[in-house]
Amino acid sequence: MSQILDAPKAISVNVATIDGNEAAAYIAYRVNEVCSIYPITPSSTMAELADQWASEGKKNIWGEIPDVVEMQSEAGAAGTVHGALQAGSLTTTFTASQGLLLMIPNMYKIAGELTACVIHVAARSIATQGLSIFGDHQDVMAARSTGFAQLASGSVQEAHDMALIAQAATLESRLPFIHFFDGFRTSHEVNKVELISGDDIREMIDEDLVIAHRKRALNPDSPFIRGTAQNPDVYFQSRETVNPFYQRCPGIVEKAMEKFGALTGRHYHLFDYFGSPTADRVIILMGSGAETARETCEYLNQHGENVGVLQVHLYRPFAADRLLEAIPPTARKIAVLDRTKEPGAGGEPLYADVVSAYFEALTNSRSPIETMPRILTGRYGLSSKEFNPGMVKAVFDELAKENPKNHFTVGINDNVTGSSLEYDRNFDIEAADVHRAIFYGLGADGTVGANKNTIKIIGEDPRFFAQGYFLYDSKKSGSQTISHLRFGKRPIRSAYLIHRAQFVACHQFNFVERTDLLRPAAEGGTFLLNSPYPANEVWGHLPRIMQEQIVAKRLSFYVIDASEVARAVGMGNRTNTIMQTCFFAISGVLPRDQAIEQIKYSIKKTYGRKGDEIVRKNFEAVDQTIANLFEVEVPQTATSREELRLPVAAEAPEFIQKVTARIIAGEGDDIPVGDIPIDGTYPSGTSRWEKRNIAEFIPIWDPETCIQCGNCSFVCPHGVIRTRLFDRKELLGAPKGFQSAPIDAKGFPDTLYTLQVYAEDCTGCSLCFEACPVRDKAESGKRAINMAPKEVPMIEAGREHNAYFETIPVNDRASVDFSTVRGSQFLEPLFEFSGACAGCGETPYLKLLSQLFGDRMLVANATGCSSIYGGNLPTTPWAVNHEGRGPAWSNSLFEDNAEFGLGMRIASDRHRMSAERLLHRMADQIGVGLVDDLLSAPQRIESDIRRQRERVAVLKLMLATIDSSDAKMLLAVADSLVRRSVWIVGGDGWAYDIGSGGLDHVLATGRNVNILVMDTEVYSNTGGQASKSTPLAAVAKFANGGKQVNKKDLALQAIAYGNVYVARIALGANPQQTLTAFREAEAYNGPSLILAYSHCIAHGINMEKGLEQQQLAVHSGYWPLLRYNPEVQQSNENPFVLDSARPNLKFTDFSNNELRFRMLKQTNPQAVNQMMDSAQTSIDARWKLYEQMSQEH
Amino acid sequence: MLDLRTQYLGLELKNPLVASPSPISQRFDGIHRLEDAGASAIVLFSLFEEQIRFENESAAYFEFTSSNTFAESLSFFPKMDEFEAGPEEYLEFIYRASETSEIPIIASLNATSPEGWAEYALRMEQAGAKAIELNAYYIPSFGQSSEDVEQRYVDMVRAVRRSVQIPIAVKLPPFFSSVGDIAYRLIEAGANGLVLFNRLYQPDIDLEKQEVFPTIELSRPSEIRLPLLWIANLYGHVNGSLAGTTGVHRGTDAVKYILAGANVAMTASALLKNGPGYLATLLSEFTEWGDAHGYHSVDQMRGSMSKKHVLDPSAFDRANYVRVLQSYMPKFSAQ
Repeated sequence: MSQILDAPKAISVNVATIDGNEAAAYIAYRVNEVCSIYPITPSSTMAELADQWASEGKKNIWGEIPDVVEMQSEAGAAGTVHGALQAGSLTTTFTASQGLLLMIPNMYKIAGELTACVIHVAARSIATQGLSIFGDHQDVMAARSTGFAQLASGSVQEAHDMALIAQAATLESRLPFIHFFDGFRTSHEVNKVELISGDDIREMIDEDLVIAHRKRALNPDSPFIRGTAQNPDVYFQSRETVNPFYQRCPGIVEKAMEKFGALTGRHYHLFDYFGSPTADRVIILMGSGAETARETCEYLNQHGENVGVLQVHLYRPFAADRLLEAIPPTARKIAVLDRTKEPGAGGEPLYADVVSAYFEALTNSRSPIETMPRILTGRYGLSSKEFNPGMVKAVFDELAKENPKNHFTVGINDNVTGSSLEYDRNFDIEAADVHRAIFYGLGADGTVGANKNTIKIIGEDPRFFAQGYFLYDSKKSGSQTISHLRFGKRPIRSAYLIHRAQFVACHQFNFVERTDLLRPAAEGGTFLLNSPYPANEVWGHLPRIMQEQIVAKRLSFYVIDASEVARAVGMGNRTNTIMQTCFFAISGVLPRDQAIEQIKYSIKKTYGRKGDEIVRKNFEAVDQTIANLFEVEVPQTATSREELRLPVAAEAPEFIQKVTARIIAGEGDDIPVGDIPIDGTYPSGTSRWEKRNIAEFIPIWDPETCIQCGNCSFVCPHGVIRTRLFDRKELLGAPKGFQSAPIDAKGFPDTLYTLQVYAEDCTGCSLCFEACPVRDKAESGKRAINMAPKEVPMIEAGREHNAYFETIPVNDRASVDFSTVRGSQFLEPLFEFSGACAGCGETPYLKLLSQLFGDRMLVANATGCSSIYGGNLPTTPWAVNHEGRGPAWSNSLFEDNAEFGLGMRIASDRHRMSAERLLHRMADQIGVGLVDDLLSAPQRIESDIRRQRERVAVLKLMLATIDSSDAKMLLAVADSLVRRSVWIVGGDGWAYDIGSGGLDHVLATGRNVNILVMDTEVYSNTGGQASKSTPLAAVAKFANGGKQVNKKDLALQAIAYGNVYVARIALGANPQQTLTAFREAEAYNGPSLILAYSHCIAHGINMEKGLEQQQLAVHSGYWPLLRYNPEVQQSNENPFVLDSARPNLKFTDFSNNELRFRMLKQTNPQAVNQMMDSAQTSIDARWKLYEQMSQEH
Repeated sequence: MLDLRTQYLGLELKNPLVASPSPISQRFDGIHRLEDAGASAIVLFSLFEEQIRFENESAAYFEFTSSNTFAESLSFFPKMDEFEAGPEEYLEFIYRASETSEIPIIASLNATSPEGWAEYALRMEQAGAKAIELNAYYIPSFGQSSEDVEQRYVDMVRAVRRSVQIPIAVKLPPFFSSVGDIAYRLIEAGANGLVLFNRLYQPDIDLEKQEVFPTIELSRPSEIRLPLLWIANLYGHVNGSLAGTTGVHRGTDAVKYILAGANVAMTASALLKNGPGYLATLLSEFTEWGDAHGYHSVDQMRGSMSKKHVLDPSAFDRANYVRVLQSYMPKFSAQ
């Protein structure tokens, strides 16, 4: 093994390469005593770091470890902030988007009471026509009337600096502050920052002000009351008492900025002006866009323009005088850019403020302003929409026009109201001395991790600056990542994506055929490709567009078979270190030898404690990389005739071609406004058009050994396995190799059974193999469905087989046996090919729901994993059946889902009641017989429903011929005469925490709703934070030392109502019980609650063994299966049925397979034994209780 | 009254009954109960290097495959690079067990690499272990010769010997062509004693699932014979301590080991079956036998029935084999 390398030389201790979240949290943690937290993207990292630092014993500037407490929602977090502040603690929280909105009621209180506090916000879009996790200022703008001061940062360094300035200013001004920076663009950008020293932090925080804050606190030794109820006589005046504080605040912030500048050398102002002192055109904006505007402005001025940029730091209180002082009096045209939208307003908020500042100044005789400049307003950058120099230039160019467009947008093509500005997509201002690199990788191939490491390596070199920004696609499995890295010898402020990269690397060969990877490659740049083909063969495997660009741009082209190198050195599919080494070897960013040395040092640092073996393998990988990296001799001309693969099949519907396909192809930015749905309504079942082909291994069915049990299809999380019974005659014309077998039942000689695998949609999770009960007699380990490497001929044949399968008549729902696992799998899955993690533990439940009730169900889906894999564009999995029916799905919010679903129930019931009333009224016209049948149809079983559908069809035909108001009204609600199934679905973060109150209330209404909680026992979607469902002793974010208390027994809580159907299920342990519970819950005419164990990547398991973990969970008593059916009380039976056998395993038999429990030994070694014992004890106690309950009669 | 004191690996023990590795000694209360019941030393459960490596590799793999894959969940656990499975927990356990027990705590190690043996042994010594038992559990692969396998054992002992000052015992399996020779070589290489024998994990086949599955059964009393044979054979021929493990279910089983030449008798199965307090029963049975048969000390008992000291040494030889076979003859003749 190579020797341990020395640390790189001369790392400044005051410099760190971190992201914006860490930069802000670094300060917030040090200057507060309480952090009240709740996870929400993109701010979660700040809360996670605070929690982690507290668990590591890191101290604030007063030598204390802050108290970090996770709450059940942002509303709860804000309440705790308010309380802690009132009791005199320095308190903070971190949030974004809907989270900030939930805090608003408390924010009014905190501000109204003049309470010093800073909330750090990674500013994010608000869910409107659609949810977006990405950045803009809609959230902070929604909070601007709360009375909080608002301080904006535009870069990672500023997020660090302003966090402290805000804290200093809040203490002195007594106004609470929102300190915000752009979600993702700043919160997730990695950049090199100068850290503020502990001494400087202390210097900025005036102890007397801290003491004053404490003195204002509630104290029974000197009591007062605060928070009275006030009447018309004094409320108004009371509201005006705070004015002096708002008037003083800008001066206080200025003072803090001055002091900060003196301490650190970094000087800020309320409004920072950049550019020509005699500029005739000025852009005003805040946030990261200001960095781009500033850089562009410098470039333009160097090229003969005379322009300027005003960056707003302190937005509230708005210091109009300072704004006007900062803008050169020569400015005749001003564009105010808002990263927000306020529909229906006269203009966006910053614009309105600037206009009123000028107007007031003009109307004030003492003002130096003599003439009103022309002020325009524009929107840009919503939801992290790219905002680049070309767009900035477009705004300056527009200003230069005689009649510039007002109320414009930039960055989109608005072909509806014509608001958008044209911009030059090729406008490039980046200096040659900045090295720019783009890397295409897969989420799971370590590309982003390696790039973050590269940034650290280069950033830690005192000679260099480094910046990294990472894009992820919307799928949780097989997702593509694009890393944008810049390196240079001066600070990097470019807050936009790279358009001209000197280095482009593609870490996955299959991207070559579907993406125009080299569009951003710069002339004379370098292209590195991880290729299974050697240097002398690879050219023939490239599409035309790629060859053309390599030739035209004179790119140096290198290949390496990184997968082979990784395999050879025993690193499996881990190619990240290899590709990273290639980058250093050929990019020339650092001298090759130095770079290799640094990589090895970094490997040692990263993996050293994980054992010599891992280090050795990585070192070997580095050495082997150099030996296997080859330059390709590029021909003079392109020779390929291969075009990029179409994103969707040619026969896809028009909308899919026009919108969806373009998003898939990475052209979503170019879709004009006119092509986008106006109200967030999208067609169902679009995932079937996106053949992602992400599996390396796919299931192969063996009809000979298959017993046709349906288990594989039942557990398939992605709806990839389909079964169907059909008549033998359908085989006529079947393509070659189409597989089927005689049905495994006597008396049906002409009925065949087929099982189809949609290989192009498969993720290769292998749960089907794990669920197969058949053991091949001849070959141990082989089953009736087996995983095999995916090969091109298989895909082609499979495509043909799938197409033929779809021509076979769908099995009649009325004759399918819903009560068996096997039978249920003949029903069409109407939840298919989602982007959930490979082997997801949640999606099989949703798929089953869609099979059983999909053609008549409404789904209210809480925000979380299921709303993301269920509703994230471009393609969505909720599908339609062959009759055009399917689940009607919607997502409202995270916190309101039970209420949202209840609303659906109420509306459905109202429609039905209206229909019934109208039926009675129109009985003579429609016919008494049909009306009676329609009203009295039992609709218990599928054949009943089928008959009711036929009656409704007849009714609708009749109504269409009747010209009356009643007929029209009845026609509008006639569909509701078929029993509707309302399903409220979500995860434990919703059900146990943020939506707990609503869920409880909805259960208490007694209405017929079905609630499915897919319980992963953590907030999976935001990265594994603890919820009240997290079990005792499990390690999660926000529970670093293991969850200290037991998981809430939501089943028992619901059972306590007595009239709620409750089931606890685990599909992997007992599929039949799952099926029974779903059917009972749906049939029960009242509220139902199903708690479904959902194994999850956040458990730290091998996802292939998810079903096995479910079995262990059940057999160890950790997750006892039960059903509580109030309906059977009528027959004097015990409604509580325990479906699990008495535990025959210990908790540790289950927990030892999961990293979340194993980590406890590391994170809390002192308590691990006691906590694991307690976990076992509580399992035993709960089992005893359940057993008693099941025996009561 | 029988003087129960004995020496094992150079350690002075108050009696010859030692608790061998079992789940009982994975907990402090188990250790204390064993001590209260009269155990003269406790061999802790084994630290498996392989397990540590597995833990680390699986954590590294998990981190690799799950990190930075989706914008909202860039990781799933608090700072994964802090996760490092290592011997710390075990070392802490040794330390605390040694601190809170009057009797010697013997650490047990199963490593897979020479570095692993040496490094972990040293850290065990530093943590306060009074001795180390090398749990030499290893299934040779095809292509490895008997010489290779034996050399591997010898190298292991040498590596640990170079690394630590405290006594070393080797718990070896019985599957050597010449147990006497390997025993001699291990002692020569620096071992202070041998533990006979390691019961290798032997998987079973689940007929329902038609899968191979790991299983381990408690030892049966009859399993005492093989180690007994070799202790009797080795006694007086190797310059080190001998421990008989496997099959000690009664005090008299321990007596047999001592008579054959063992310094100590070790037991786990009987304690797992009857609880740690059962060690007191074994001890009193042992004492009763010694008293009843006129022995005044364990030292006097030791080896009195070894091959070296029995009147008819052939009882431990092949001649005995013939005799055993012959003893069955009348039964067959009668048929």
